[in-house]
Amino acid sequence: MRPSAVRLLNILVPIKRAVDYAVKIRVNPEQTGIDLNVKHSMNPFDEIAVEEAVRIRERLKDAVKSIKVVTIGPPKSAETLRTALAMGADSAVHVEIPDSAPSPEPLGVAKTLKALIERQKEGVDIVILGKQAIDDDAGQTGQMLAGLMGWSQATFASKVEVNPEQKVANITREIDGGLEELRCKLPVIITTDLRQVQLLNEPRYASLPNIMKAKKKPVEKLTAAELGVDITPRLETIKVTEPPKRVGGGKVANVDELLAKLKEAGFTGKRA
Amino acid sequence: MLRLHNFIRPAFRSRRWAHNIPTFSHLNSVNEEDIAHFSSILAPTSILSTLSSVSTPADDIAPYNVDWMGKYHGQANSVLRPRTTQQVSEIVKYCAQRKIGIVPQGGNTGLVGGGISLQKEIVLSLGAMNNVRSFDPVSGVLVADAGCILQSLSEYIAPHNHIMPLDLGAKGSCQIGGNISTNAGGLRLLRYGSLHGTVLGLEVVLPDGTILDQLSTLRKDNTGYDLKQLFIGGEGTLGIVTGVSILTPPAPQATNNIFLALPRFDNVLPLFQTVKRQLGEIMSAFEYIDRTAYDMGLQHGLGPLLSADEVGDSQCFVLVETSGGNQDHDLEKLNNLLESLLTADEPLINTGVLSQSPTQFNSIWALREGLTECVQKEGKPYKYDVSVPLADFQNVVDAVRERMISKGLYGDHAISKVMGYGHVGDGNLHLNVIAKHGYRPELEAALEPFIYEIVAERKGSVSAEHGIGSMKRDALHYSKSEISIEWMRKVKQVFDPLNIMNPGKVLP
Repeated sequence: MRPSAVRLLNILVPIKRAVDYAVKIRVNPEQTGIDLNVKHSMNPFDEIAVEEAVRIRERLKDAVKSIKVVTIGPPKSAETLRTALAMGADSAVHVEIPDSAPSPEPLGVAKTLKALIERQKEGVDIVILGKQAIDDDAGQTGQMLAGLMGWSQATFASKVEVNPEQKVANITREIDGGLEELRCKLPVIITTDLRQVQLLNEPRYASLPNIMKAKKKPVEKLTAAELGVDITPRLETIKVTEPPKRVGGGKVANVDELLAKLKEAGFTGKRA
Repeated sequence: MLRLHNFIRPAFRSRRWAHNIPTFSHLNSVNEEDIAHFSSILAPTSILSTLSSVSTPADDIAPYNVDWMGKYHGQANSVLRPRTTQQVSEIVKYCAQRKIGIVPQGGNTGLVGGGISLQKEIVLSLGAMNNVRSFDPVSGVLVADAGCILQSLSEYIAPHNHIMPLDLGAKGSCQIGGNISTNAGGLRLLRYGSLHGTVLGLEVVLPDGTILDQLSTLRKDNTGYDLKQLFIGGEGTLGIVTGVSILTPPAPQATNNIFLALPRFDNVLPLFQTVKRQLGEIMSAFEYIDRTAYDMGLQHGLGPLLSADEVGDSQCFVLVETSGGNQDHDLEKLNNLLESLLTADEPLINTGVLSQSPTQFNSIWALREGLTECVQKEGKPYKYDVSVPLADFQNVVDAVRERMISKGLYGDHAISKVMGYGHVGDGNLHLNVIAKHGYRPELEAALEPFIYEIVAERKGSVSAEHGIGSMKRDALHYSKSEISIEWMRKVKQVFDPLNIMNPGKVLP
C-alpha cells in the first residue's frame, strides 16, 4: 500500500499588543481606563506562543507549511505583527480597529478568529496562543474559540509535541499539584503557559536580518465588518480608580502608647 | 623651612604605586584640643573620633577609613560631618591655622584611593550636607549641597521630567560633590558631555577657609578666568566643593537600543562613523565589548541575545542606544540605519538585534553592565581605565595578552583572561586582566608600568574617568608632561600653600 502523503500543517498564532509588563500602570485622569501613552509590546504569553510555533517548525521542518500570526487592534498593532514576523512567522493578518474604539472582549475576539479560520483555504491545524493577555487577564479566548469551533483544546501548555503523520498533538499542561498529559486530535487549540519559558522556550530576539526580511512578508488588513463579526463590547466600564495608597507606619514612645493606639484602632485583648 | 614638594620625585623610585605613602612632616595630628575646638563649631553628633573625649567605637569610624573595595585603609582618628558651608569654612580655617591635613570625602565609592586619609589627616565627610537648594523646571538648573546622593537627585528631578547629566554604577552611594571633584564620566557622557560643560557653578571652601561663591546659574558667563573648572576633577586638593549648580537635560521620551556583532575589530570605526552620521542627535551610547568579554558574559548567564550560528566567529560587539523625543521618528532613523548596514555590499556587521520591548531593552543593557560583575566572579581583576585612540582599543588589549604569554603568565595558573570593553564614543577602554588565583606581585610587575607605557606611546590617558587619587600619582607623568605637572604644582601652591588639602593625592 502506498503511504499517504503527509498532511502539511498550517499554524495560526493570535497575538495581542499590550502595555509592556515593565511599565508602571497608571489610571488616566478621566478615570475611564489606564494611561495608554506608554511603551507597548507583545503580550508575553503570546510571545511564547509565537516562539513555540517557530520551534514546532524547526522540529518538524517541511511538515509545517505555514505560520500565520493575527492580531486584532489599533493601527500600532502592526508593529507587534512585524515583531512576530521577524521571530519567524510567514505572514500576518491585521484586523484593524480604530484607535478610539474600545478593546474587544474575549468572545468578540474568539468570533473574529473563527471567521478568520473559516476564510483560510488550506484550513488551520493548530491554533496556538497565550493563555491570557496581561492587560485584561481574562484568560478566555482560547477556550471560547475551541467551543465555537468544536475543536480539541489544551490549555496552559508547558510542552507541545506534534505528530503530523498521525495528526495528533501530545501536550503537557500545568494543573494544580502537577502536570497532566493530553493527547489531542488535530485540529487543536493550544494556550501557552509561562512555564514553557523555563522548560523549553525563551522567546528569541528578533535579529536584524530577520527584521529586514519581516518587512517584505505579507500583512493582510481586514476589519471586523469585513469578517461579518460584531466586536462591540458587552460590558460597560463605569470607572477605573487606583487602590488606596498605603499609609505609612508611625513610631510609639512606649508600651502604654502602643496599647492606646491599638485600642484606638479597634484591637482589644482578652486576659488569658 | 617647610619644603612643600620634597616628598615627590617621580615614578622611577617604586613600582608599587599604592604603597609609597609620603610622610607628612609638615602636618600635625588631631588632638583633644582640636576636638574641643571642633565641638564649638559642630553639634556633638557631627564629630566622630577615637580620641578619649569623644571615643567613637572603632566600628563607627571604620566606614570612613576603608574604601568600598577594601583596597585602601585610611588612618584618620577623627571624622567631621558638617551641615553647613559656614561650618566647613570654620573647620578649614582652624585646620589651616593648626596645619591639620583635611581629606574631603563623599560617598567613598572612588577606585583610586582619593578619599582616604593616608596618615593623620582628618576626614571631612560631606554626607550630612544633603539638601536640594533649588530646581528650576524651565531651565533645568539644579542647585544642591555637595553631599546629595546622585540617585536622590535623579529621583528629585524625575517628576519634573529631567534627568541628571551623568549616570554611574555607584549612583546609589556616590555624592554629587564627589562626582564633581573626580570629574566622573559614566554612561551618559557621550550624549550630555562632561561635567566641565554641565556644571554651571560651584560653591567651594578654599584651603584658608574662604568661601568662594560661584554658584552661578548662568549658561554663559565669560567674565575672566573660569575658576570652577579647577575644582572639577581637582580631587579635593584645591578646596572643598560644598554646593553645586548643574544643568540637567530633559528626560528622553523614547529610548531604543541595538546590539550588533561585527566580523572584525577594524569595522568598529567605520561603524561608529556611519551610526553617528545616520542617527545624529539621538545617539546616546556607543559601547564596545570584545569577544572574550562577550563569551565570558554568556558563561555567566548574560544574554544570549543572538543565536550562536549568526554570531559565528564575530570578533567584537557594539551596543548603540538612542534617546529622543519621538518614538516613531527614532525608529524610522534606526530602521534606515539598519537597512543600510545590512544591505551594504560589504556589510560592517554580521548580525544584530533591535530591542522590541522595554524588557529586551534592559536585557541588552544588562549584557554590557553585567560584565563588571562577571569579571569579579572569574577571579581577581586588575582593572585599567584608560583613554586611547579608538583605533588602538584592540591592539592595547592584544599587546597586554601577548606580554603575558611571552612571560609565561597566561593561562589558568596566572592570568586567565585579558579583555576590553568600554565607551567607544568617549575613547575610554576598560581593560580587565583577570588573575584567576588572586593578586600576585609578579603579575603586577608584568602589567605595570607596561600598560601605562603602551598607553603613553599612543598618547592616551592612564586615567580616563577614575582619577588619580593616591593610586596613580606616580603614573601621572605617563599622561602629563613635566611642564604640565610643574604648572599643576604652581596652581596647587597658589591655592594651598600649606599643603593641607587632601595631601598626597594627584600630584607626584
